[in-house]
Amino acid sequence: MLARSLQQIRRSSRLSLQLRAYASSPDRSASFAKLSEQDLPSLASIFSSPDTSLLTTLGDKPTATNDDLEPFNVDWMGKYKGHSSIIVKPKTTQEVSKVLQWCNDRNVAVVPQGGNTGLVGGSVPLHDEVVLSLSSMNSIRHFDPLSGYVSVDSGIVLENLDNYLAQQGHIVPLDLGAKGSCQIGGNVATNAGGLRMLRYGSLHGNVLGLEVVLPDGRVINGMKGLKKDNTGIDLKQLFIGSEGVLGVITGVTLATPVRPSATNVAVFALPDYESVQTAFSSARRDLGEILSAFEFFDAASYKLVRSHGHAAERKTFEDGEDAPFFCLVETSGSNKDHDDEKLGAFLEQLMESGIVNDGVLAQDETQIGQLWSLREGIPEAAGKAGRVYKYDLSLPVEKMYSLVPELRQKLAEKGLLAAESEGGNGDGPVKTVFGFGHLGDGNLHINIVADAYRKEVEQVVEPYIYELVAKYNGSISAEHGLGLMKAPYVAYSQDAPSLDLMRTLKKTLDPKGILNPYKCVTAE
Amino acid sequence: MFPTARNLLRASSRVDINVLVPIKRCIDYAVKIRVNPDGKGVDTTVKHSMNPFDEIAVEEAIQLRDTKNKGLVESITALTIGPQKATDTLRTALAMGADKAIHVQVGDQHNVEPLQVAKTIKHFIDRDKYELVLMGKQAIDGDENATGQMLAGLLDCGQATFASELKLADGKATVTREIDGGLETVEGNLPMIVTTDLRLNEPRFASLPNIMKAKKKPIETIKEADLPVDLTNRLETIKVAEPAQRSGGQKVDSVDEVVSKIKEQGLI
Repeated sequence: MLARSLQQIRRSSRLSLQLRAYASSPDRSASFAKLSEQDLPSLASIFSSPDTSLLTTLGDKPTATNDDLEPFNVDWMGKYKGHSSIIVKPKTTQEVSKVLQWCNDRNVAVVPQGGNTGLVGGSVPLHDEVVLSLSSMNSIRHFDPLSGYVSVDSGIVLENLDNYLAQQGHIVPLDLGAKGSCQIGGNVATNAGGLRMLRYGSLHGNVLGLEVVLPDGRVINGMKGLKKDNTGIDLKQLFIGSEGVLGVITGVTLATPVRPSATNVAVFALPDYESVQTAFSSARRDLGEILSAFEFFDAASYKLVRSHGHAAERKTFEDGEDAPFFCLVETSGSNKDHDDEKLGAFLEQLMESGIVNDGVLAQDETQIGQLWSLREGIPEAAGKAGRVYKYDLSLPVEKMYSLVPELRQKLAEKGLLAAESEGGNGDGPVKTVFGFGHLGDGNLHINIVADAYRKEVEQVVEPYIYELVAKYNGSISAEHGLGLMKAPYVAYSQDAPSLDLMRTLKKTLDPKGILNPYKCVTAE
Repeated sequence: MFPTARNLLRASSRVDINVLVPIKRCIDYAVKIRVNPDGKGVDTTVKHSMNPFDEIAVEEAIQLRDTKNKGLVESITALTIGPQKATDTLRTALAMGADKAIHVQVGDQHNVEPLQVAKTIKHFIDRDKYELVLMGKQAIDGDENATGQMLAGLLDCGQATFASELKLADGKATVTREIDGGLETVEGNLPMIVTTDLRLNEPRFASLPNIMKAKKKPIETIKEADLPVDLTNRLETIKVAEPAQRSGGQKVDSVDEVVSKIKEQGLI
């Protein structure tokens, strides 16, 4: 065992030497055409209403200013910035098809974009790629209450879809912090995980059908709402999580479970990470089928939410405010009395066995929202505290948290950790390092908040953090994807034959490589 | 009998205050209200919880007892009139920190009117001994804002409504009230009825240890028939309707256009 892990460390440090060269962002590929004013009329002719579907700063009479294009060029963290001067917002699948055909014919690089809430730079252009925004395609096509599926355009905002389904008594089997902006097409393209994953499983199971436009303009119509369909290779799986490098998703058919009518949320304070694990295994055992989320966050995360979050400025606990770990447990079911009884027994057992220090249980819907905001508000609070490096890792639950102290120690050794941070001593630029995530899915989010994005911080953390993940047999991206940020490090989590196959698929579907270049699947 | 302040002061130099907190189980604040097809009421098969103003009253009582006036408050009793399920609401009050509870059980569909509620509260004040009644200024379902005032009238005692601050000292209550255009501070002898406004405090979460303790706290249940107060409704609901749909806004390109639109609507 020891020998094996040593071997792995050696292997990964060798890798790191090879990979470091790729870590800086790639140059513009010369094979892509540069668009000019002359190209605009033929591009505009594709759209039924060019005034709203084509935004450009090119030409004598630009239809947009640089400020108008900024939301499409820059990601929401302000970490990745592209320089596209053309944004297209098609209104139909047919228009998407024509746009891709047009670009493919002319060797024009394209970035498909949903709500642009990604965290790895996958949804913004790097150079002058045309941005293909799906936000004008946002209708609900069909809802079947009996079979329990919904067919929608891919540009519909997740929260709007969930609100629509709530009226029908159903639920989107996916929920995440960015629900107010992110789009279902982007969620599928990045195989987003989020908060309901523990209960409903991943999109690979919940997506029943996709409508996808290939880079040459062909449309794959697979919008059937069938739970079972064994007719050859299940092509839709190829596009789920492919980050827009194989095709553009224009329609999604999604399984929609019946909305639970009874929901309970409790938050605990726990004395150590071991207790977090014990609480998790008893939750799975005692709550069984009604357990719908098990999230955890550490003291540093809680401190951030308390100081920068807007929803939870008061104390949550009488005795647990200073605990090192916190867990949020959600149950959802169809019978409140049944759920209350189960949850009551579970909570009593936790308190009596001393696994938790203290805890609170929401008494009404407002409190459910307030308790969730302790967990959901963490990324936003971090954004207010400074510039955030986000690492989204899959790890065996047992090892999950040890990365946080290891990373703190590494940053402290290099003198980068400010005194205000846990384990900090110096006056470095890093204000805090904290961990939170979906314990139920073995998904840890490590965030590093610094005063600015700094090369010296990035160089200490990357690829060190990926080496640690490889050492623990984890994945360098649990749910955020590779995008631009992690594409160079994919070899820490995928072996050579797998990477070869990915490149073969990319070449087959997109021989000119126009779709979302420089990201996810890149040439060696 | 409802003891007068003078009686209390005579009885002891240290005033032990018993607080009564009447609470109501309402449709949860976050639930969207839907009118029944018959237009006579709303869908009540949805999630219910404690009236938020009452939650503030419970919190204030606990703060008076535990921090603001340590040693002054003898007991906190939560009282509710409601269907069997209203026990859950009383358990919430007990889990927050109330000492005991009284449940007047009525039928599922019986929404008791303010005067009957006030008379019922008076019955328990006559029966037990309470020097301070802390209650929500209104329930968010009926929005009547009447029970506290009626109760003070029935008892012929002081009232301070819309409280955003409450201080107790020397048998007196000093209350800051939220009034149109500002704040008003009033002072009066206990016993007193104080109704709570939103800014008085922020209610705590019910903690797990307290939820467990609450299970062992006593709840006295009284059937409607055993109550010497007639709870029969005197009002008949004729019609319940949804508010008119808000019509969407319009975008205009210039100030001139704004002016002409306003003129078109006949607003200036």
